[in-house]
Amino acid sequence: MTAVLEIAGLRKTYKSRRRGARQALDGFDMTVEAGQVHGFLGPNGSGKTTTLRTLLGLIKPNGGRMAILGQEVPAALPVVAGQVGAIVESPQFFPHFTARDTLSLLADAGRVPQTRVMEVLELVGLQERAKERVKTYSLGMKQRLAVASALLKNPKLLILDEPANGLDPGGIREMRTLMRDLAASGMTVVLSSHILGEIQLICDSVTIISRGRRVAAGPVAEVLAQHSGGGLRVRLEAVTDLPVAAELLTRAGAQVSTHADHLMVDGVDKPAAVTRVLAERDLYVSELAPVTVDLESVFLELTGTAPMPGQHRQVDESVVVGADAPAQGGWGV
Amino acid sequence: MSLFKAEFRRLLKRRFVRYMTLGGLLVLIAVAVGTFATNHKIGPAEFAAAEQQAEQQYRENVRWATEEKKQCEQAKASGNFDANRFPADCSQISPAPRDAFEARWFLPSTFDFRRQFEDMITAWAAILALVAFVAGASFIGAEWSTGGMMNLLLWRPQRLRVLLTKLGALLTGLLGVALVTAAAWVGAFWAIASLRGTTEKTTSGVWQSFGLTGLRGLAVVLVAGAVGFALASLGRHTAMALGGALGVMVVGQFGLGIVLNMAGVTFAEAWLLPTYLLAWMQKKVVLQDWDACNATYTGECKPATMEIVWQDGGTLLAVGLALTLGAALWMMRRRDVA
Repeated sequence: MTAVLEIAGLRKTYKSRRRGARQALDGFDMTVEAGQVHGFLGPNGSGKTTTLRTLLGLIKPNGGRMAILGQEVPAALPVVAGQVGAIVESPQFFPHFTARDTLSLLADAGRVPQTRVMEVLELVGLQERAKERVKTYSLGMKQRLAVASALLKNPKLLILDEPANGLDPGGIREMRTLMRDLAASGMTVVLSSHILGEIQLICDSVTIISRGRRVAAGPVAEVLAQHSGGGLRVRLEAVTDLPVAAELLTRAGAQVSTHADHLMVDGVDKPAAVTRVLAERDLYVSELAPVTVDLESVFLELTGTAPMPGQHRQVDESVVVGADAPAQGGWGV
Repeated sequence: MSLFKAEFRRLLKRRFVRYMTLGGLLVLIAVAVGTFATNHKIGPAEFAAAEQQAEQQYRENVRWATEEKKQCEQAKASGNFDANRFPADCSQISPAPRDAFEARWFLPSTFDFRRQFEDMITAWAAILALVAFVAGASFIGAEWSTGGMMNLLLWRPQRLRVLLTKLGALLTGLLGVALVTAAAWVGAFWAIASLRGTTEKTTSGVWQSFGLTGLRGLAVVLVAGAVGFALASLGRHTAMALGGALGVMVVGQFGLGIVLNMAGVTFAEAWLLPTYLLAWMQKKVVLQDWDACNATYTGECKPATMEIVWQDGGTLLAVGLALTLGAALWMMRRRDVA
């Protein structure tokens, strides 16, 4: 498989006379293979939008390497821009133009046939409202228009930052179907979103960023498997046997935690080892199930952003990876 | 070319630009209509009426002088003489001579194309320059503030090319409006002069002079548009250019003018921008210092003068344009678009 998007060691520091310097990207790496729907996840302020803006030439990096469709960017951006459709953060359009005018002007600027304008408006469900001014649109409609503008070029790489923002449930489902159809047609899609359930449903692979560094990357199933911990939920025929079973499994080298009606067992190679140890002492298992995790829990674990009772987490309070990571990532470093 | 086409279309679609242009056109029309309404053709009938008015004015003056003289003599005789009202010698009260009442004073205003059209070119340039400045500022400022510029850069990630193409589209639009209105302006005032004045002595040399003044006016219009564009691009908002211009006018011109006058600075106008713009348009502005006396051999006291010529105005315009546009291009190259 060829990489459509490659980022290696990307660094960006924002400097402010008043607040000092803030390291927004600190050696960030990311690879997206062709034909995939790739989820790009991270808490607020983790560097997602900075990464996308840098990739698209809107922000100048302080270091690192980036390539799109095999071409080094930002140097080759004018060459590859025609094959990259993107929306970055919230959709922004001149409010007094109609949707059709907005796309028509972009089509002119990008040498795209005007016939494509109505095609994409139909694709995102805005055909009927094409002649209305953008300022009359809801956030969801603006979001659809933004997606339409990104699709106008019929790009090979589609980068969407929070495309489901403001969409109603039907719209979210339509967007999901659209992403899948686009990927099936050979388009590579990079999707940044906080709706992790959606990402898990749509994406083939993910990259998770925290405080400007990559904390996880790979196919969704692999990332989930890596962080599921291989835990097992064990129930016995008699609840009264749980303490004995816990002692036996601990002696066998497993980490066991006892709950009211079951045990949670970690650190065993194979589930069969559990049944064997218990059966040797005439303890019979009524349920033996691997504990599955979802993307949301993995995300919260990896980024350290799970809400804690009684605490108000600040935007920059997330996980820093790497031994040489700075102690603080916020303003004033 | 596709980018230029898109930007030119965008310029034509911008509602604010349309309204500003329409506003400018209405002001131009108002000036032309006002000139038409306040001027009249001078013929034998107008001369005769003026002569009659001059005669009447003379007679009234004779009547008044006679009455005053009579009252003066009566006051003297009654002992109620008011020295503040009458001269000591009542015979000194006499009417002005007949030739002091010239008929030309009573002629209606008439539009002399050769003599007055040059000022009209300056008015045309001033009105269009204002439109150009605001339209230029809005064209790029609104794009920055609404995120349209960022969107465009995603499509054409060549910052300087995008900015310069936008400027090119703006200047093309301004040039079009300027040429059309200039032609209409000449036509309108030629018609006004024909109907309500005179077009006599409009030689080819006069036309050439008008042409050169018109070209200088066109330069002012284009520079105003480019400076408005550059300032709004620097501040990424239309208000940056408008606020900056207002600040320069209020603080830098009115305020500075007051301070310089209070300080008694010689040739205070030499520090003010409008003087240079006027010199650019009128080829020369002569400033006079009435506090200085340059005695002539006849003993006459003449004020000291200072000439500001069109080259001075041109240099100022060029430097202002280079600084603002250069800064806008430099910022465009290096800034993060967020």
